[in-house]
Amino acid sequence: MNYTFDFGWLIEYWPVLLKGIGITVELTLVGGVLGVALGIACAWARALGPGWLRPVVAAYVELIRNTPFLIQLFFIFFGLPALGLRMSELQAANLAMVVNLGAYGCEIIRAGIQATPKGQFEAGASLGMSRLQTFWYVVLIPALQRIWPALSSQIVIVMLGSAAVSQIAAEDLTFAANFIQSRTFRAFESYFVATLIYLALAIALRQLLRGLGWTLFPKRTAR
Amino acid sequence: MSDFTTWDILRNLLLAARWTVLLSLVSFIGGGIVGALLLFARTAKGKAGPAFVKTYVELFQGTPLLMQLFLAFFGLGLFGIDVPAWLAASVALILWSAAFLTEIWRGCVESIARGQWEASASLGMGYVQQMRHVVLPQALRIAVPPTVGFSVQVVKGTALTSIIGFVELSKAGTVVTNATFEPFKVYGLVALIYFCLCWPLSKSSQILERKLNVAHRNH
Repeated sequence: MNYTFDFGWLIEYWPVLLKGIGITVELTLVGGVLGVALGIACAWARALGPGWLRPVVAAYVELIRNTPFLIQLFFIFFGLPALGLRMSELQAANLAMVVNLGAYGCEIIRAGIQATPKGQFEAGASLGMSRLQTFWYVVLIPALQRIWPALSSQIVIVMLGSAAVSQIAAEDLTFAANFIQSRTFRAFESYFVATLIYLALAIALRQLLRGLGWTLFPKRTAR
Repeated sequence: MSDFTTWDILRNLLLAARWTVLLSLVSFIGGGIVGALLLFARTAKGKAGPAFVKTYVELFQGTPLLMQLFLAFFGLGLFGIDVPAWLAASVALILWSAAFLTEIWRGCVESIARGQWEASASLGMGYVQQMRHVVLPQALRIAVPPTVGFSVQVVKGTALTSIIGFVELSKAGTVVTNATFEPFKVYGLVALIYFCLCWPLSKSSQILERKLNVAHRNH
């Protein structure tokens, strides 16, 4: 192997990387928050919603979980304009991430909801709580607490999966690495640095979500 | 410019889907073999083996598959060999699958009660014998549903290999779109083919879980 590694380009190109990191973080933040919200709504619809809504949500979840994120992204960005739905690269990337996390989140949260004993619903009703109040305070919060670790890893998976949005020219971290390697011809080094940054982001996000779990669910139930 | 019928599009996509299936099989089987080797290192006594596998899993689960594909593609090139896309794709997907499979299987091995290890040790069995005769037969039963479930991730993971230029279903979708200017129809069909590949796997994973878990269901 007669190859000398060269990371000298970092001096000139670090602002490009920084901008890419910013976009990736932004995508993850918006995708994470809205995706979890969509997941909660879908989990409610599947477990307790009206009869006609359940198969619709089930079909959505199965469809998303059994197709690659890349194709979902292409369908939204290239396919939907045929229906008159035109959006920017970042909007398409965000939408794809929300739709993707929504489906996985639905399954995870539903599992948490189904683990709630039936007596809890009845106890909520006997306290004079409305159905929505019972769902929110009695069912959902403990369910979220139960499945928080699984939901956290799914959010990390979505963050890592967002590398694919560079393919519709959304200017995320991977896009930055592509740009740098096309300028410097240091392909391996560019992707190597980007990979390390992704690793750091994944570790940081995991810690952040763990901390968030502690804040959101302060020893509500002794487990 | 010639016109493309829906059948023309579908035929081209299905022909390309063969490569998706082949790459999935290679990745899954190769990943299984590497994953099994890693599993032995992970559950063995001593410190170096488990520490190595832990780091390995952390690296592959903490970075995007797309980056792993890029690094395999350009990294193998550093050795002065001309790397075809299929080789880089297979190498990256095998290593990636191995990380996930070894982690799934570790959970299954660790779910076997400690007493089983101690009982077999008291019968004078060595590590390999314990694994072969006591732990694996029980762990395999638990391992089947999540392993089948992971195969869905492998099939979906192959879509990313289109980005380093491997011509499979997703790449064919892009090529056909560029020829027909009908992205809605083409990507819809691509998604449908992926769904037809993945859904039976997802479903059988669920059914297997229900069937094989009967012995453990006591509530």
